[in-house]
Amino acid sequence: MAEDLKELKIELSKNGIFTTTLEELYNWGRKNSVWPLTFGLACCAIEMIATTMARYDLARFGAEVFRPSPRQADLIIVSGTVTKKMAPQVVRLYNQMPEPKYVIAMGACAISGGPFRDGYNVLKGIDRYIPVDVHIPGCPPRPEALIHAFMTLQQKIEAQSLSGASRPRHLRAGLPSEFPVPAFGEHGLEPAQNTEVFLAEQGNPLKVIQ
Amino acid sequence: MVVGLLVGGVAFGITPVLLAWLWARVFSPNKPGVEKNATYECGLESKGDAWIQFGASYYLYAIVFLVFDVEAVFLLPFAVAFTGLPLGACIAMLVFLLLLVEGLIWACQKGVLTWA
Repeated sequence: MAEDLKELKIELSKNGIFTTTLEELYNWGRKNSVWPLTFGLACCAIEMIATTMARYDLARFGAEVFRPSPRQADLIIVSGTVTKKMAPQVVRLYNQMPEPKYVIAMGACAISGGPFRDGYNVLKGIDRYIPVDVHIPGCPPRPEALIHAFMTLQQKIEAQSLSGASRPRHLRAGLPSEFPVPAFGEHGLEPAQNTEVFLAEQGNPLKVIQ
Repeated sequence: MVVGLLVGGVAFGITPVLLAWLWARVFSPNKPGVEKNATYECGLESKGDAWIQFGASYYLYAIVFLVFDVEAVFLLPFAVAFTGLPLGACIAMLVFLLLLVEGLIWACQKGVLTWA
């Protein structure tokens, strides 16, 4: 049925008639109004700032409104080295964002700890605690890379179906919107990682995390 | 006509707000949580009680400033026009001086003027 409709839509568009679905319209609006959180951690943040400025102009994607409060943000760009001291705060900020919320891990540090991976106080990737939607490699990634990540995120948002079994996490009533905040233990953060984060990633077959 | 315009204007202002409210109530995924509902939103947990006392000792500086600065500003025209002033203006000025001297005595008693 869905295939038929798609064909019909293409057929109609060839004849100059534009049709759409509520879902497409809704996602189109969502993907073009992703507001990031004003949040930078290290040198990647400078590239993130450059991305928002006139030369690279993130405003073209509807994302120029960097919000200083997590309550108004849709996207957290983890731009830089996450130290173990900072990790609980990052997770808490993510928790305080309203649904639907997205994460871009920007640069080698946010992905894996990067060049500081062996440091005693560096978190080896923010995806140990929160689900990352797009990873960008680079040290630091250039603004073009961030824009690419942003467009990838837009494609992801566009493809999300709002009903059915494969609907994203924020539309499943049973799944929590918060992830446990790590605490300081005797040997760094406890727990060292939250393996359930990967199960909670959007699009995965439903495995309920508690 | 005017009433119609007024109603239209109010509706123009209220309808989007109402629609946004309705949208948030009916369609938005509502997932409250302990952290999400927390008052403080900087990523840090608030510690202790918000009902603490701050030492508002700045009022002493304000008094001393009034005594030495504002008083001087008003005293100069007072002194210049002294001979031509009516009695009422003179009394008003003396009351003003008295109030400021009171402040000076207060500051003295507080020990602000003693060189530590």
